[in-house]
Amino acid sequence: MAKNDLLGGSLWDNYSAKVADRMDNPVYQGEITEAEAEAMNAKLIVADWGAESCGDAVRLYWAVDKDNDKIVKASFKSFGCGTAIASSDMMVELCLGKTVDEAIQITNLDVEKALRDNPDTPAVPPQKMHCSVMAYDVIKQAAAIFKGVEKGILDDDEMVCECARVTLKTIQEVIRINDLTSVEQITDYTKAGAFCKSCIKPGGHEKKKFYLEDILKETRAQMEIEAAQKREVPFAERSTFQKMRMIENFFEAEIKPLLHKDGGDVEILDIKENGADTVVSISYKGACMGCSSALTGTLSFIEQGLKDKVDASISVSVE
Amino acid sequence: MERIYLDSNATTVVDPLVKQAMDPFFCQMYGNPNSLHRFGTETHPAMSIALDRIYDSLGAADEDDIIINGCATEGNNTIFKSVFMDSLAKGKPCHIITSQIEHPSVLHTCQYLEKEQGVQVTYLPVNSDGIVTLDALKEALVPGKTSLVSVMWANNETGLINPVKELAEYTKSQGVLFHTDAVQAVGKIPVSLKEVPADFLTFSAHKFHGPKGVGGLYIRQGASITPLLHGGEQMGKLRAGTVNVPYMVGMGLAIELAVQHTEFYDTEVRRLRDKLEDAILALPDTMIIGDRKFRTPNTILASFKGIEGEAFLWDLNQKGIAASTGSACSSEELEADATFQAMDMDNNLSHTGVRFSLSRFTTEEEIDGAIDTIQKTVHRLRAISSTY
Repeated sequence: MAKNDLLGGSLWDNYSAKVADRMDNPVYQGEITEAEAEAMNAKLIVADWGAESCGDAVRLYWAVDKDNDKIVKASFKSFGCGTAIASSDMMVELCLGKTVDEAIQITNLDVEKALRDNPDTPAVPPQKMHCSVMAYDVIKQAAAIFKGVEKGILDDDEMVCECARVTLKTIQEVIRINDLTSVEQITDYTKAGAFCKSCIKPGGHEKKKFYLEDILKETRAQMEIEAAQKREVPFAERSTFQKMRMIENFFEAEIKPLLHKDGGDVEILDIKENGADTVVSISYKGACMGCSSALTGTLSFIEQGLKDKVDASISVSVE
Repeated sequence: MERIYLDSNATTVVDPLVKQAMDPFFCQMYGNPNSLHRFGTETHPAMSIALDRIYDSLGAADEDDIIINGCATEGNNTIFKSVFMDSLAKGKPCHIITSQIEHPSVLHTCQYLEKEQGVQVTYLPVNSDGIVTLDALKEALVPGKTSLVSVMWANNETGLINPVKELAEYTKSQGVLFHTDAVQAVGKIPVSLKEVPADFLTFSAHKFHGPKGVGGLYIRQGASITPLLHGGEQMGKLRAGTVNVPYMVGMGLAIELAVQHTEFYDTEVRRLRDKLEDAILALPDTMIIGDRKFRTPNTILASFKGIEGEAFLWDLNQKGIAASTGSACSSEELEADATFQAMDMDNNLSHTGVRFSLSRFTTEEEIDGAIDTIQKTVHRLRAISSTY
């Protein structure tokens, strides 16, 4: 809290003139009919996103040229507040003239930037950023209908903060790399949680799959386990279960992603303790099967990695 | 641009007569009433008259206390925290009963006591009319265990009036303290502490054409409180802090004028409210929350299908009309309207609510102007709507 937080309330005064004008006089409000699209040699796409019960709903109409996938005409209808209507109107304008693949690249941040009166002043106050997210989602929905796929395929994976477009992976990384201990720090580093604040903890404007509070707690817990593993108990003194877990983690994090790149894979068949030694039995899969380096270069890469990063007592045998 | 103010449940214009009555206490009679010299003592007659007016207006007995404080939020906090402190001192658990539709100054105080202090709080639901019932209270109240029952007299969003007389009578019969937040009732409908045996009642001057920043807390003889503010000996040591003389004087006149206008409110304000309400209902796919016979005469909570509440307010504001909404998009908190939720209404409605609240200063021309603008707004926004 500080001086600027004490009065609050002047929500509408923080809208850009463009937002106010687009609310008062939306340019692209309306429908496109099948006949209109057909007359333009275009395919009509009608996409809905949101619901009245959530407080925001938008419908996007695209006429997509049958020959070159260009959006030749577009319009919208919206159930939402002023910023939702203004964002939808600007989103439609940004779609026009683009191909469907180009339009998918438009994000809510582009829409918000286009609504600014000058480049350095946000078009809407932070708590209104989520209204432009609808505009982003409905484009994805329209593109999914056009391509005949599920919208999920086009979504970025595990988006935690939709206002600032920050993924789960990014948040986990900044926590680890910068040793962050508070949600405020995550917001400072990534802008996640700076806008509508729904992703900070349950109880905000929207229900989310992930919350910054939980991600922070879980990542910190994981970091502590890892740190404890590093500093305390030597490998030889660990339980069989812990040894297995450490070896599995190493394969998941370091080996499999590399093999996947070349279409290969590896499976751990068994982990045996033989006195002070640990023997890991593996079998190759996919492109690794029959690969000439599987029993030479790749094998020694795996074994050396295990010796360096887990424990020197480990050897690998291929079944 | 002519402006039309239809947000009188949020706050009201100060009656010019009230402002006039307050004026001498800023630059002429500015003494501290606790001082011994004449600067201080010359404020006493006006304060005494103000107190008489407040007592008379509410039907309070001379043996009762009415503490002049900063606002109804302060009064509500004082009661709940006092009841909590009292049970702490006695070493017994604290159980408070309130309703789901209370103002944030009650709900958030209860939630604080519940989550941070371990107080047990029961939130009474409302019936399909949006009203707290005696049956719900009977089910929740446990004699010997329940410390306080607090139910608002009238709801700020809907104007729906709760049966406080029977709720208070039952609560008292069970030996439990009863409080009512009467902010939306005082000045709108008759409020008599002779009729309603409440132990505590809170009110605020700016809801009845008095100034902001002054309110009152009624405490019936026999009930006692632990002060929220300790310090000087003002207000019989129940609320320390130099008394805001001009505001107290203003509140005194404001409440007297409001009570004098009760009949006018019940006829003329009601007539204009009903005119506006009928005009809204004449539009297709609109509804009003709560039967008008159960509501304060000045309030309409309307739902316009297919139109988001804040968008509606935006259009009204562009035409110089002030109304309000409790729905999701309007506030920084972005929480759905508790009244709609508690009334168990169609979830879609919680984002389409717009509240119009009149006062005794609202004119027929203003209502006609508002009706015209509302019709145009409904037409424009439904043309944009994806859900209509």
